[in-house]
Amino acid sequence: MLAALLILFPLLAGLLVFFVKGNTARNLALGFSIIEFGLALGAFCLFKQDPNACMLSFDHVWVKSLGIHFSVGIDGMSLLMILLTTFLVPLIILSSFTTDHSKPNNFYGLILLMQMALVGVFMANDGFLFYVFWELALIPIYFICLLWGGEDRGRITFKFFVYTLFGSLFMLVGLIYLYNHTNVDGLKSWAVQDLYTAGRSLAENQQSAVFWMIFIAFAIKMPIFPLHTWQPDTYVTAPTQGTMLLSGIMLKMGTFGVIKWLLPVVPLGLEKWGGTAIALSVTGIIYASVIAISQKDFKRLIAYSSIAHVGLISAGILSANQQGIQGAIMQMLAHGVNVVGLFFIADILFRHTGTREMDKLGGIRGMNGNFAILFLIILLGSVALPLTNGFVGEFLLINGVYQFSATMAALAGLTVILGAVYMLRSYQKIMLGDRNDSNVAFGPLATTDKVVLSIICVVVIAFGVYPKPLNDIAEEAVKTIMLNLK
Amino acid sequence: MKGLLIISGLGILAMLAEIFKFKKLLFPMVLLGIVAAYAFNFMEWKTGMSIPYFDNMIGFDKLAIAFSGIIIATAFFWFILANDYFEEETNLVDHFALVLFALVGALMLTSFKNMTTLFLGVEIMSIPLYVLAASKKKDIKSNEAGFKYLIMGSFASGFLLFGIALIYGATGSFDLMQIRSFISEHAADMPLFFYVGVVFMLIAMCFKVSAAPFHFWAPDVYQGSPTLITALMSTVVKTAAFAAFMRLFMVGFAEISSVWTGILAAVVALSLIIANFSAAMQNNVKRILAYSSISHAAFMLMVILANVRSNLSVNALIYYSLAYSLGSIAAFGIVYNVTKKGNENVDAFNGLAKRNPSLALCMAVAMLSLAGIPITSGFFAKYFVFTAMIGTQYKWLLIIAVLTSAVGVYYYLRVVIAMYFKKQDTHEPITIERSNIIVIVLTTAATIAIGIVPGIVAEMFEF
Repeated sequence: MLAALLILFPLLAGLLVFFVKGNTARNLALGFSIIEFGLALGAFCLFKQDPNACMLSFDHVWVKSLGIHFSVGIDGMSLLMILLTTFLVPLIILSSFTTDHSKPNNFYGLILLMQMALVGVFMANDGFLFYVFWELALIPIYFICLLWGGEDRGRITFKFFVYTLFGSLFMLVGLIYLYNHTNVDGLKSWAVQDLYTAGRSLAENQQSAVFWMIFIAFAIKMPIFPLHTWQPDTYVTAPTQGTMLLSGIMLKMGTFGVIKWLLPVVPLGLEKWGGTAIALSVTGIIYASVIAISQKDFKRLIAYSSIAHVGLISAGILSANQQGIQGAIMQMLAHGVNVVGLFFIADILFRHTGTREMDKLGGIRGMNGNFAILFLIILLGSVALPLTNGFVGEFLLINGVYQFSATMAALAGLTVILGAVYMLRSYQKIMLGDRNDSNVAFGPLATTDKVVLSIICVVVIAFGVYPKPLNDIAEEAVKTIMLNLK
Repeated sequence: MKGLLIISGLGILAMLAEIFKFKKLLFPMVLLGIVAAYAFNFMEWKTGMSIPYFDNMIGFDKLAIAFSGIIIATAFFWFILANDYFEEETNLVDHFALVLFALVGALMLTSFKNMTTLFLGVEIMSIPLYVLAASKKKDIKSNEAGFKYLIMGSFASGFLLFGIALIYGATGSFDLMQIRSFISEHAADMPLFFYVGVVFMLIAMCFKVSAAPFHFWAPDVYQGSPTLITALMSTVVKTAAFAAFMRLFMVGFAEISSVWTGILAAVVALSLIIANFSAAMQNNVKRILAYSSISHAAFMLMVILANVRSNLSVNALIYYSLAYSLGSIAAFGIVYNVTKKGNENVDAFNGLAKRNPSLALCMAVAMLSLAGIPITSGFFAKYFVFTAMIGTQYKWLLIIAVLTSAVGVYYYLRVVIAMYFKKQDTHEPITIERSNIIVIVLTTAATIAIGIVPGIVAEMFEF
């Protein structure tokens, strides 16, 4: 029941917020998203007591003749993803308090609907339902980017929409193909375990075809080189909150999808093509890092850094071993929090100085010391310094890739060095050095801005020093996943 | 059957309205009649008996009743939408009668059991439409549309008739079931001209459903005809043509499917590619919708191609027709109201979200449904087609369908972007009649409703 409530609540809340006028919508949305976080914490406590509690799953027939069920459930991995989602959404809403969006009711309503779809994606235990939520998540974010985005948003959001839909349709065909091979007492079924069985019964070349059909959808969403071309433009053009949703949570739909809906389904296909996919991911890491180094626009730099990070995550997952996948899950959590923080910093810089070009900034540390410290902590988390939240995941990931191939691991390891280069360089340009004319008046931060940054910093440090509670759940979750892979 | 009789009666009544001076009463009478027809149709579904009429010329089995239900319901919405269209016209009773007779033809097409009824149905449906397409007498485009439709339509009818004659020559019967059993008994020694006849009928039916390469009339006719007549063509007429197509090929010629499936696969592939890429290059909304209707025709033909004569494909086709009709009625209703000023290009929609937010929302839902995005019914429609196709040998068609669907999203979204993103040229709010609002909202809501609970329609025929 709790599982269904986690989806139903943001849906109702979102619909309600559409009908509220003015800033009440904003406050209401914040309240609702905090309640949703509370629900997720409740699920967390329940899960701690008994991972198989019946409150944590829900199953109801949707279309009987086609074997489609509204079947959702929380296991270890989805619990972590839900915690991430429900933790980030209130922060994202709070981060918008200093910006006045036109039609706030639509803006916040869409964010809550987006949350509904995201939570649904992470909980779906039915292939069809997974696809529906997957697509459903696209619609609110499309409108958020289209209605509140920056320059040239029409063309860019359009590219984004068509790109992702294109991938999704292939995934749909792949899933239907699997569904067609299921056989439970003579009937077809969409249940995740039945799809696993069906996938494994296929011959190698069939599995390869299914692998690519489904992988394309996930690769576009993450995005993996060479399917990333929609991403930098979209991230830059989208309103800050949209970018946060895209990079902080929506990107994880792709990596989550690979773990739950690809690896266990086509083991032979993975064996055959996993190496190619890892090579693509690693290429993406280096390619995106090099581009990030030469970026002038800070927001664009973060966008490229995100491609590099997700490349490593994907390489870790595709190497399909305990360390790789566990590292991926930990890194998904860390990256979600850090990237939201970084995009928020880009937003604050832009609001205070009117520019995101790093050459035009400088010497801000002298004007606002607090901001400099908060920025530094989040940045260090992002370059995965030990004792920050990014470290655990990155370490495990490189370890996992190493078990697959030492060369790949060496190449993927470049992300640590290159990441440090572009991140620290940007910090140096923006915060240190002489003052520039454009940022004479970098005043104190607004209270809500401070709150958001502080919460993120606390999380960065807390889960860097003591990652055990999350790591334990991730470890257990990966163990069950590994059972499915065997 | 009673539904068919009631609507025929209404048609005759409409012609008398001018003479006996009850023009004002005609509109409510027609609406009431349609509701009654629907009710009788529904009751026949409940009793579930399939009685043949007129020496087995016509018969309402469950399939026919389901399609009739969609057609009658669509027609009901259409009449409400067309309320003021009729008021503008000087000779409204003629138009009422023409539309009603077209409807009679459509219902005959769903329920024919004999080749002669098929031909009669096609003609009864088409001839009023030739006239209606040209009903904007002073508009040269409308005249062109009517003329083109007439020439092309007659050509197709010629093919149809010739095909029927050849098949009669080979089998000695007009009756669909007798033809079928004759084929299965003499499968080995059918003469060549029989197969020619089948291909002729296939060509004729492809003309009627406007599948490529027999689609050239559709964009011009759709653009030139009055918008509401276009709406009628792309919903009622299309559904009826598909019902006939399905019965003819999945019942009549099922035994010799190897003859026609190859051709049909080529037709589908061509339709998908030509329609979607042409639509992407259009500026006129009605032309876009015309090409979109060709692409949807291709999807429905895929179901027939899959030719699993199971309830799965029957359900798929019925669901597709319904989803497409609902989406189209909503879309055309909005297009009709937005383009009243004469500008029919996509930029007529610029800034609609500011001028009339709820109308823009409905249009967005209709467009998303036609593009096949969940949770609208258009998504499930596509899904059912994919499911029917994936077990067949035509997986390559499925790949084309997926790729062209992505192109399809391009032109549907162009309208959405225009509404929400482009600056408006005028600030005047759009005034819509209340009746139109009701239809648009109802069809949009239904589009979402059968998307959320597709089971109501998709399980009409039990497995």
